[in-house]
Amino acid sequence: MWRDAVLVAGKDLRIETRSRVALSQVAPFGIVALVLFAFALGPDRQVMAKGAPGLFWVAVLFCTVLAIQRSVSVESADGARDGLRLSGIDPAGLYLGKAFAVAVQLVVLEFLLAVGVILLYGAHVEVPWMIVVSCVLGTIGLAATGTLYGALSAGLRVRETLLPFLLLPIAAPVLLAGTKIWQAALAGGTPGDGTQWLRLLVVFDAVYLAIGVALFGPIQETA
Amino acid sequence: MTSEPTTPTAAVPATGPAGGAAPHPPSTTVANTGVARPPVPSRRARRVERVIGVLALVGTAATVWLGLWVTPHDKVQGDLVRLVYIHPGVAWVALYLAFGLAAVASLLYLWPRTRSLFWDRLAAAAVEVGVVYNVCTLVSGSIWGKPTWGVWWAWDARLTSTAVLLVLFLGYLALRRVPAEPEVRARRSAFVALFAAVDIPIVHFSVDWWNTLHQGATVLNANLSPTIHGSMAWTLLLGFIALTLAFVWMLLVRYRIGALEDWLAANELDLALVERQAEGVPAGPIPGAGAPTGATGSRVGVA
Repeated sequence: MWRDAVLVAGKDLRIETRSRVALSQVAPFGIVALVLFAFALGPDRQVMAKGAPGLFWVAVLFCTVLAIQRSVSVESADGARDGLRLSGIDPAGLYLGKAFAVAVQLVVLEFLLAVGVILLYGAHVEVPWMIVVSCVLGTIGLAATGTLYGALSAGLRVRETLLPFLLLPIAAPVLLAGTKIWQAALAGGTPGDGTQWLRLLVVFDAVYLAIGVALFGPIQETA
Repeated sequence: MTSEPTTPTAAVPATGPAGGAAPHPPSTTVANTGVARPPVPSRRARRVERVIGVLALVGTAATVWLGLWVTPHDKVQGDLVRLVYIHPGVAWVALYLAFGLAAVASLLYLWPRTRSLFWDRLAAAAVEVGVVYNVCTLVSGSIWGKPTWGVWWAWDARLTSTAVLLVLFLGYLALRRVPAEPEVRARRSAFVALFAAVDIPIVHFSVDWWNTLHQGATVLNANLSPTIHGSMAWTLLLGFIALTLAFVWMLLVRYRIGALEDWLAANELDLALVERQAEGVPAGPIPGAGAPTGATGSRVGVA
C-alpha cells in the first residue's frame, strides 16, 4: 500500500512540476482572492488583520476545490482511471497517493497565502508552531475529503459545478478549526484556545483518512 | 394475430408483488406488449398508507385545535409558546428520524449482503422529505426567534449545524438528479449520505465550540420545562406523533413514486414503441417488427 502511494504521489507531483498548473493558475487565484477580500473589507488594516484567519482559510478552501478538480482531471483523459485500476495498484495506496500529492501542493499554496496575509493584511504571528501545525492538519483533512469526493464525482459531466457544493459543507469543520487556531496564534489571541481545535482537526483527519483507505476501491466503481 | 392497441398502463390489474411497495421491479409484463409491468403496491399496502395518512391528518388537526384554542398561554412568552407544539416535533423528524433513517438505509445498501434498491429508494425518500422538514424547522425557528431573540437568525450552534445539515443533504439530492444507471446512482448517493452522516457529529461539536455564547439548554427548555402545563404536555406529545405520522406517509408515497420513476426510466422507450406501433397498424401482422432497438427486454410488437 505505501509503495503504491509513493508511486502515485510521485506521478502526480511529476505531472505538476512539468505542467505547473497549481503554481501558475491556482496560486495566483488564491492571491486574487486575498486582494478581493481586502477590497470587500475596505482599506482599514485593523479590520483586515482581525479577519485575516478566516479569509486565509476561505481562500485555502477555494484553492482546494481547484486542486481537487485538477487532480481528477489528470486521470480523466486517455482512460487513465481505468488504467490505474487495471495496473493492480492497491486502491488504498492510490487514495493515499492522490491525497498526498494534493496535500503537498496545498501546503505550498498555503505558504504563499500565509505570506500574502501577513504582508497584505498586517497580521502578526505570535505562535508560529501553531500556524504550521494547523496548516498541516487542515491540509490533510482537506486533501482526504477532497480526494474522496473527487473520486465520487470523477465520471460526472457536471463535476465542476457539483464538487464544490458537495465538498465545501463537509469541510466546514476544517474552516472553523483553522480559523480559531489562527485567531489563537496571531497577535491578540490566547494560544491556549487553540489546542482543542487541533484535537478536532486530528479527529476529522483520522475519520476521513480511515474511510478513504477502507472504501476507496468501491468508491472508484461508482465513476 | 396482432397485439391489441391497448394503453399499456391501463390494462394492469392492481396485483403487484406482495408486501406493499416492491423492492425489486416485477418480472411480469404488461399484457401482450412485452413491457415490464409498473410496480403497483398490494391492496393491503395501499390501505396501510391511507390509514397512516388519515391518522396524520386527524392528528395534525387535533394538534392545531389543542395548540391554538385549548392550551393556556405562557406567563413569559404569551401566545408565542404555541410554536412549541410544532417546532420541536418538526426538528425531531428532520434532524434525527429522517436523516438517521437515510444514513442507516445507505449503510444497508452499501453492505453487500443487504444490497437492494429498496434501501436506496428509502434513503432518497427519507432525505427528500427530511429536507422539507428541515426547512420547516428553520422557518418555524426563525418565526419564533424574531420576537424572542429580536433577530430572524442567530449564529447559535443548533441553528448553524441544522443549516449545514440542510446544505449537506441538498448536495445529496443534487447528486441524485444527475442521470445515471440506478445501481451507479444508488452507490454514489449512498457514499455521499454516509460521508455526510459522519460529518454531522464533527460539525455539531465544532459549531458548539465555535459559538461558546450558546447556553447549555435551548431557550425553549430554559423557559418551558419547569412550568409545563398538563394539557400542554399532551398536546406536545400529540404534535410529535402527528408530525411523525405525516413523515411516514410522505415517505411511503415518495417511495412509491420513486419506484415508478425507476420503472418509467427503464421502460420509457419500450412503451413509446408500443404506442407508436399501435397507432400505425390497425390490423394484420407487423412486418419486420420485433427488433426495434437495443432497449432492455424488448419483445415489443411480436404477436
